[in-house]
Amino acid sequence: MLEIKNLHVELEEEGKQILKGVDLTVESGQVHAIMGPNGSGKSTLSYVLSGRDGYTVTDGEATLAGEDLLEMEPEERAAAGLFLAFQYPVEIPGVGNMTFLRTAVNAQRKLRGEEELSSGDFLRLIRAKAKTLKIDADMLKRPVNVGFSGGEKKRNEILQMAMLEPKMCILDETDSGLDVDAMKLVSEGVNALRSEGRSFLVITHYQRLLDHIKPDVVHIMADGRIIKTGGPDLALEVETQGYAHLLNEEA
Amino acid sequence: MALPQQKLDATGARLAAMSLPEGGAWISEARTSARARVEAMGLPHRRDEYWKYTRPETLVEPGAREASTFETYEPTVFGEIDRLKIVFVDGVYDAEASDELSLAGVEIEPLSEAGAKDIHWARDLYGVLETRGQSPVERPLAALNTAYAADGMVIRVTGKAEKPVSLVYLQESTSSDAIFHHVVKIEAGADLTLLENGPAAARLNKVMEVEIADGGAFHHVRTQGRAHERRAATHIFARLGKESVFKSFTLTVNGALTRNEAVIELTGDDAVAHVAGAALGDGATGDFHHDDTVFITHDAENCESRQVYKKVLRNGAVGVFQGKILVKDGAQKTDGYQISQSLLLDDDSQFLAKPELEIYADDVVCSHGSTSGAIDEEGLFYLRSRGVPKDIATDLMVIAFVAEALEEIEDEAIAADVLSRLESWLQRRRG
Repeated sequence: MLEIKNLHVELEEEGKQILKGVDLTVESGQVHAIMGPNGSGKSTLSYVLSGRDGYTVTDGEATLAGEDLLEMEPEERAAAGLFLAFQYPVEIPGVGNMTFLRTAVNAQRKLRGEEELSSGDFLRLIRAKAKTLKIDADMLKRPVNVGFSGGEKKRNEILQMAMLEPKMCILDETDSGLDVDAMKLVSEGVNALRSEGRSFLVITHYQRLLDHIKPDVVHIMADGRIIKTGGPDLALEVETQGYAHLLNEEA
Repeated sequence: MALPQQKLDATGARLAAMSLPEGGAWISEARTSARARVEAMGLPHRRDEYWKYTRPETLVEPGAREASTFETYEPTVFGEIDRLKIVFVDGVYDAEASDELSLAGVEIEPLSEAGAKDIHWARDLYGVLETRGQSPVERPLAALNTAYAADGMVIRVTGKAEKPVSLVYLQESTSSDAIFHHVVKIEAGADLTLLENGPAAARLNKVMEVEIADGGAFHHVRTQGRAHERRAATHIFARLGKESVFKSFTLTVNGALTRNEAVIELTGDDAVAHVAGAALGDGATGDFHHDDTVFITHDAENCESRQVYKKVLRNGAVGVFQGKILVKDGAQKTDGYQISQSLLLDDDSQFLAKPELEIYADDVVCSHGSTSGAIDEEGLFYLRSRGVPKDIATDLMVIAFVAEALEEIEDEAIAADVLSRLESWLQRRRG
């Protein structure tokens, strides 16, 4: 599904190298987790994959289902099936949540050459999906993320994910700022979306999210590279022993 | 102090080209004294401090510059709102095209009729609020209006108006030079929503004086015409009594030159005044220079005022904001807020802002801010990452930018109508 080879990335302005040769393959239907200390390049990886400005790829490649991601505009990546759940979802005053989602869903369908959803179909779909995430009608009407609590913002991200039905979902520290109940709700939302044709890349500092979203593979990232890959046990190892010993191992 | 020769000449040239309209004793008196004020002040000159960012020549010179009329097949704004419609063509009231001037809770008369009477209640307001508004800053174009306006509406609201009064300003002549003047009196506890739309004329000079008695409410929503070459100088003078509410919102798209002044005095305790505007200009489809000049005076306790102005500028469009909050001695517990922001979509556009606070009371909260910036990249990326193409995402960010001003419109249906105008303006530019 997602294939990253030898990816080298610099910050455009400072020329500072952040990713120093990332290799990663996520098979279809799998859930991979990336853990690592602050500044290891985890979030940069998610931004580069989704096409945010400010980064220069100096070497390597990234493909989604065989398509070259790095050549595409952000909206084309989305239409190709990539979705990034933001660590800090952005507030867009004056634009209703529902309007935004309908615009997004239909824009993607158009880019893929599919028919747009009628407003009736869209409404039925969003109501059903919002209900399972405990998002009420009021939240759907309100401007995008404006005045939402931390938990509401993250639930809204998952709602967008559910509506857009991406092939490859990247969750960037989705657990940050969430209490236990909210984390459970968000995790249930994610787990409901797990399927054979859909893969996940879960970026997190902490193992606790992985209690709820069980990964198939865990990667440890440090200083711009994946330094260790293992099963779910690797996350537990980090939880009990911290990153330090893994970093030492590497050295 | 003697006026500079240039100013004398320009004022003399303009006045020589005009004559005072006919009218009854009370209005003739008001007009004659207004003309004397114009002569004493002189019309605005580009060296005047208050006209530093907007050149007044084309508003002052004797004739109006040619301005093409605007043709559109789109439904007109407020068309779906249940309203009492009053039409002006090139600044002249058109009774044929208007609804009957009858509305529960409201008395409406054309200024020409009210002015023909020997005595009328409007005497206590016509030119009176304008005169008060001449200090501490002179507004000669408003005095010129009081002197020469032959038409307008005189509206007295005694209860809750059954529906909005909607003033529609059509332009038919490419050289029309319209001067009209409305007077609105909201009696204690009464409530009116007033809508205005349309270009009005090639050149427009409009004054509206609004007095709101204790507990009264006045909601004003206007969209200024889309004609690209039109020029306008408008003034709103408002005086607010105890616990009264004044809310005004203006949407401006296009127009070669617009200067909108709002002069508001809070004279009764616990009064609320909100003025807001959104202006969108694209220099590629004609000159665009938009100036919001606001002066709010707090002269009572525990009053609230808000000024929210947003400008979206591209291709050399120019936006100006001059906003002042004056808190007089004794106006304790004043809550004043002022924000003026521009979204500059390219390097050619310009925003000039002069925010001012002058405070003589010691227990007040006043905040003000002014910013100029580009589209928020963070928001743009967020939208694009969901599959929204860049041009549509940019328009959504523009709507997000002006949202705070739009929120000042209380009525949901009217707000939705205004928003749809803004959206279609953006859409037309997307091609």
